[in-house]
Amino acid sequence: MNELVSAVPWLGKRNPMAARWLIIIIALVAPIIAWQFGRSWVRILDFALLYMMLALGLNLVVGFAGLLDLGYIAFYAVGAYTFAFLASPHFDIHMPFWLVLPLGAAFAALAGIMLGFPVLRLRGDYLAIVTLGFGEIIRIFMLNLNYPVNITNGPQGINMLDPINLFGWDLSRNLQVTETFSINSLFLYYYFFLLCVAGSIVFIQRLQISRVGRAWAAMRDDELAAKAIGINTRNMKLLAFSLGATFGGVAGALFGAFQGFVSPESFSLMESIAVLTMVVFGGMGNIAGAIVGAFVLAMLPEILRDIAIPLQQTLFGTVILDPEVLRMLLLSLAMILMMLLRPTGMIPARARYAHPENMKREGAL
Amino acid sequence: MITLLEARNIGKRFGGLQALTDVSLTINKGEVYGLIGPNGAGKTTFFNVLTGAYTPDGGEFVFNGSELPVGKPHKIVGRGIARTFQNIRLFRDLTALENVMAGHHIRTKAGVWGILTQNRHTREEERLTTERAYELLDYVGIGRFAEVVSKNLSYGDQRRLEIARALATEPQLLALDEPAAGMNATETAQLKLLIEQIRHDGVTVMLIEHDVKLVMGLCDRVAVLDFGKKIAEDVPFEVQKNEAVIAAYLGGGKHAH
Repeated sequence: MNELVSAVPWLGKRNPMAARWLIIIIALVAPIIAWQFGRSWVRILDFALLYMMLALGLNLVVGFAGLLDLGYIAFYAVGAYTFAFLASPHFDIHMPFWLVLPLGAAFAALAGIMLGFPVLRLRGDYLAIVTLGFGEIIRIFMLNLNYPVNITNGPQGINMLDPINLFGWDLSRNLQVTETFSINSLFLYYYFFLLCVAGSIVFIQRLQISRVGRAWAAMRDDELAAKAIGINTRNMKLLAFSLGATFGGVAGALFGAFQGFVSPESFSLMESIAVLTMVVFGGMGNIAGAIVGAFVLAMLPEILRDIAIPLQQTLFGTVILDPEVLRMLLLSLAMILMMLLRPTGMIPARARYAHPENMKREGAL
Repeated sequence: MITLLEARNIGKRFGGLQALTDVSLTINKGEVYGLIGPNGAGKTTFFNVLTGAYTPDGGEFVFNGSELPVGKPHKIVGRGIARTFQNIRLFRDLTALENVMAGHHIRTKAGVWGILTQNRHTREEERLTTERAYELLDYVGIGRFAEVVSKNLSYGDQRRLEIARALATEPQLLALDEPAAGMNATETAQLKLLIEQIRHDGVTVMLIEHDVKLVMGLCDRVAVLDFGKKIAEDVPFEVQKNEAVIAAYLGGGKHAH
């Protein structure tokens, strides 16, 4: 949270307390403002929060531990499919949400370790290639495991997933407050996801400022020196992969429940790249960067899509560029501009690895 | 004299190059032990084998009475051997303070659960780690740069920081690989005082160094390596007069080409 606060332009450094409240208020009223533009915008905000969780998790692997992972979306898939298997009519199992969520996280963590072991000795480009392959393997499994035994239902995906149910409170139903006033389900999801993102931020910040966070940073900066001061780099890498995957798994399970439908096409390589772009765009290795990157890059294509289609129709009479194509185009453009203008990301803040309250002197970074 | 480290017939080969041949030496507790020799003599290779960066082809190290594990750097650090590097290897993007705190890793225990819940043990350990890191920075004389990102420190200060980071692992044997390289006379003199202080505080020091004045003024005993073999081991004064050593450094004698 502190990083996020100091990232607020102008106010962050002068009045951290005010900046903190500003962030909280914006986060709370955002869906109400979005609602004015139509319910689809609240939905987009909900997705933006899921992307934030993904970006936070990937930032842990790429930004903190320095392990370039191009198959991160696989963990999202594992979380989503775990939810689909255990809470849908597909196998006719309907386990409670509070059981499925940790299971999704656990399976994703396991997948993280499975990916981690074979790539322990790889770094840089080679690591990127293997993780990319891993992401594709998971997706192709999901695509083809419908024969001879139907497990994943193949390309049709799994439908009618149970909604998120918090101890009997079904988030997919509008909350009837009074006779005339009800809160739309999209808002319920928004605030629940917001809580999840806030929890993720707290956890990740705690990891960052700890012996584990410092060990990751050490490994990232110089692996040989990290070994020479007694860091067990093998365990620390596996820990980074599995913890990073855990966040992906949780986000995946939430995604499945929210959308009510999972299919392999949601977990393509392009999604992995999109999440990585968010991390790099925001500023690698710091929490605020991941949040801002995810928010901007999740919203931007939607905003532009909203503008681009009517614009193309009035200009050319037809839609020449499909919004999905446009999205990739804009992502690439954003990356190129970023590399040229601000190679360290939108928020190039240096992450802290020591507790401010333990430190003698502040500032002078 | 209590033996701290005993190297027995250490050998290391890289393809066709025999980098170390049957190197045996003993280091006593509390001494400063110099390892010298011409470029390419195998000094750094010896350090790398000792600290587990390389696995030796033959021989073994006995440290504090029991054998050191092979090729497991973190376990060797855990047993009490720390090192610095010839070409400084700091964690560039971390501050001086954080570098030293990272060095304390092996002496702390907090697990993921403790970190996520921030229980009392974790918070206390974190506080002590920070406190200790400040002490060590003051100890090596760069306390005022605690908040400076390490890549922005001056060369001499980076060397000091590397020593502080190594000391944070709480070693019994500190292996310094050319700590005075690139330092001016004043800095070297300060370094000498620092190493003497470290020895005084109970840490045995093993030193690779080219600066003859520093080696002669600082070391209790010196071993000379040449082409991967130990050709002499004695007090500095005697080593200086040793003919094989003179031949190795100045050419001539048995290694004339």
